[in-house]
Amino acid sequence: MKTIHFTGFLALTALCAASASAQSLTAAGATFPAPIYQKWFGEFKTKTGVQVNYQDIGSGAGIKQLTEGTVDFGASDVPMTDEQLSKLKVKALHFPSVLGAVVMTYNIPGVTGSLTFTPEAIAGIYLGTITKWNDPKIAGANAGVKLPANDIVVVHRSDGSGTSFVFTDYLSKVSPDWKSKVGAAAAVSWPVGLGGKGSDGVAGTVKQTPNSIGYVELLFAVNNKMSFGNVKNASGEVITPSVASVTEAAAAMKEMPADFRVSITNSPGKKAYPISTFTYLLIPSQIQDAAKRKAITDFLTWMLKDGQKEAAGLSYAPLPKAVADKELKQIATIK
Amino acid sequence: MATHAAIVRPTIKTKSRLGGDELAKAFTFLFAALIIALTLLVVWQLWLGSTPTREKFGFTFLTSQLWNPVTDEFGALPFIYGTVLTSLLALLISVPLGVGAAIYLSELALPKLSNSLTFLVELLAAVPSVIFGLLAIFTLVPLMRDYVQPGLKQAFGFSPLFTGPAFGVGYLTAGIILAVMTFPFIISVSREALMAVPREQREAALALGATKWESTWQIVVPFARLGIMGSVFLGLARALGETMAVTMVIGNDPKIHASLISPGYTIAAVVANEFTEASGQMHASALVELGLVLFALTMVINGLAQVMIVLTTGKGSAKA
Amino acid sequence: MSTKTSARNQRRNAVNNVMLTLTAVCAFLTVSTLFLILSYLVYNGGKSVSLDFFTKLPLAPGQEGGGMANAILGSAVIILLASVIGLPIGFFAGIYLAEFSPKKLGFVIRYTADLLNGIPSIVIGIVAWTVIVKPLHQFSALAGGFALSLMLIPITARGTEQFLLEVPRTMREGALALGAPMWLTVASVIVPAARKGIMTSMILGVARISGETAPLLFTALGNNFWSTSLNQPTASLPVMIFTHATAPYEDWHRQAWAAGLVLLGLVLIANITARAIVSRGASLPK
Repeated sequence: MKTIHFTGFLALTALCAASASAQSLTAAGATFPAPIYQKWFGEFKTKTGVQVNYQDIGSGAGIKQLTEGTVDFGASDVPMTDEQLSKLKVKALHFPSVLGAVVMTYNIPGVTGSLTFTPEAIAGIYLGTITKWNDPKIAGANAGVKLPANDIVVVHRSDGSGTSFVFTDYLSKVSPDWKSKVGAAAAVSWPVGLGGKGSDGVAGTVKQTPNSIGYVELLFAVNNKMSFGNVKNASGEVITPSVASVTEAAAAMKEMPADFRVSITNSPGKKAYPISTFTYLLIPSQIQDAAKRKAITDFLTWMLKDGQKEAAGLSYAPLPKAVADKELKQIATIK
Repeated sequence: MATHAAIVRPTIKTKSRLGGDELAKAFTFLFAALIIALTLLVVWQLWLGSTPTREKFGFTFLTSQLWNPVTDEFGALPFIYGTVLTSLLALLISVPLGVGAAIYLSELALPKLSNSLTFLVELLAAVPSVIFGLLAIFTLVPLMRDYVQPGLKQAFGFSPLFTGPAFGVGYLTAGIILAVMTFPFIISVSREALMAVPREQREAALALGATKWESTWQIVVPFARLGIMGSVFLGLARALGETMAVTMVIGNDPKIHASLISPGYTIAAVVANEFTEASGQMHASALVELGLVLFALTMVINGLAQVMIVLTTGKGSAKA
Repeated sequence: MSTKTSARNQRRNAVNNVMLTLTAVCAFLTVSTLFLILSYLVYNGGKSVSLDFFTKLPLAPGQEGGGMANAILGSAVIILLASVIGLPIGFFAGIYLAEFSPKKLGFVIRYTADLLNGIPSIVIGIVAWTVIVKPLHQFSALAGGFALSLMLIPITARGTEQFLLEVPRTMREGALALGAPMWLTVASVIVPAARKGIMTSMILGVARISGETAPLLFTALGNNFWSTSLNQPTASLPVMIFTHATAPYEDWHRQAWAAGLVLLGLVLIANITARAIVSRGASLPK
């Protein structure tokens, strides 16, 4: 009985699949670049009629759904690991789309200006060793700001997230304690705090909770008019997250590896914002359906040329030209 | 038809057994069997999907507190704890309120008022879970954060039950939302159980000089106690499996906290949050096994509820 | 009567009055929750709902305006699919339970139906993802419809059964006495007699699944555009409420309220209609 029912289902689905046009693609993954992806896919649809439905369900989900083959392509802020790549039936190519910054956003009643965070302060807050806003480790870098003696409400991502990866990758580089106790991953075992689902969830929670701190993509903080802090970088400079300081972080990178999998956190660049990252589209290297393949390669080409011009308007740093050119060459390898 | 029937009447029994009746029975049976098949499909899929963690962790899965996707260590205890704690908090609120309301509706209110109030309560049961979540995020959570939780901390801060920062979200907030979601069940089932108590029981008590309350509390309620218990279990089963509203207010923290105002996690919420993204085989398997645990939990509770309701009102699986 | 007993009686009367008042307080407290919910939702949703909400597609986060037209249609499609699968199965299974099942087997099926009905919706989501989305390599309205139908089948089966059994014995015996075979009696006498009740339980079942969110998260997923086939990810109102309410954008909150009002409105209308069809007091199948 079960099989009859199920076969009927398959038949029905096959019918529907036949009527579906290849002009409609599904992609899923990172929430970090979702605003620009939604904008790109919206424009690409008006331009070419190709409809890409992008669901921002998290980088971890992007990788998983790509592995299961339930989406046409994925998106992630974290390059896939060798182990993850080995599980794919069809090899996936990494295409950096834009650069972004993870910023420390906070909601402290009475504090309006920008706070400055040292790496030690950020690590301490997220390790749970710093629990009050007026802790000397925070206050030391913020002379003249009156910080309250309130408990810090720590907010982190509850889902597997590229933003979390970038953030924990950075903390692992600057704090030996963090590295040994927690480590760097898309989803870690957080020592303290509240979980919010998605960048949206974290930004939403911080916005609704006094005395909270969270980490979100720069755009989320800007869009939601949330306060965010400067961070002291590897060369000891206090850097405000911005399109320019993120581009510096990419520029300070010596050489781009052939598969584009690279971390640019804690960049040595003098003016580089230290919690910066590439974000990637994960594209299968072989696409059977010719129409689909054309739609995807067309999009990639458009994104690397015209699409880049829109990045800065949404507080993402456009790719350095050398990187974009290298990617254009990679498009030709999609079969 | 009548003439036709008159003619075949003498042989009707054998005829119908071999003909249409047998066919109709077989035909409808196929659909009834589908219910069993689909339920087995659910159980089988959960069993199959959780093989890796069942084999690796065995029973320690249920007792371990670790939930670390990085190191592939998974334990269900924080989620079981959160699920059970939020559900119990919910019952703590909804049982007295619900049973009280049911007593009013069955014993005191005029039939017309009772029926229309019950109608409204049953409408409340129809409100989708996500709408409770929506309301909770924008009304209950700020209320809890700004007034209730600081107040509790001030009054009972000496006890570990009310310590830590006031986040607004957490076990207690989830418990309150669940209470609102469970009391419609408790009220309508308890009311039926109370109304099924024979009239003579009440009249006898009253005739002996008992007050209305004494007759209700000492005679009627004990008489219907199994049905009321059944309604409580039914509410409990709903609270345990409730997903959306809880996911929106629980705080998503996979650790065990003694404090009722601290954030936590429930089984349903962690599955909702992590299932699409669990890229590791063990992680996915752990989530499916959590689903299996939740299924087992609700199955037992539902079963108990059925038994109790059957025993008092004669309704339930045994009859329609 | 001694003063002692009269004091005791006074106390008993006081307890009586206090407790009875308390039960009334309980009843009105619980009922007022409904009004609180309704009025708050109407207040916020009413401010937010506009013509655009019903006619436009959602916009990228951060942009003002847009609507949820695709989610309204998507919900309708998914619910229709679930009904097409779930209602007939539930209906015929209900007939079997009421009219044809042997005692023991009937109990087993009934118990299983109650079990299926009690399975947490999120667990249904896991199973639908595993048996439909994963093998077909596609999130789709079909997968969502399948998930919801799993919830609809037991509700319909038990509802149908209950109302069939409520058909008076005399009607049944009358037809049988005239020599009609059982199947004809069921088809021409019993089912028509119970049709109002069966309709009611079907409407209630459909109303119940139309607000379900958890089974759709991993099956229908979501879509920023119109879905052009059943085999595509499809937006739905409940999932939209979830994603929009938890997001930080003011304009998305506004949309979430509007969607909440529309969804609750539809669910409550369905419930009230169902109950109006059968005005058989307030008690309905659980």
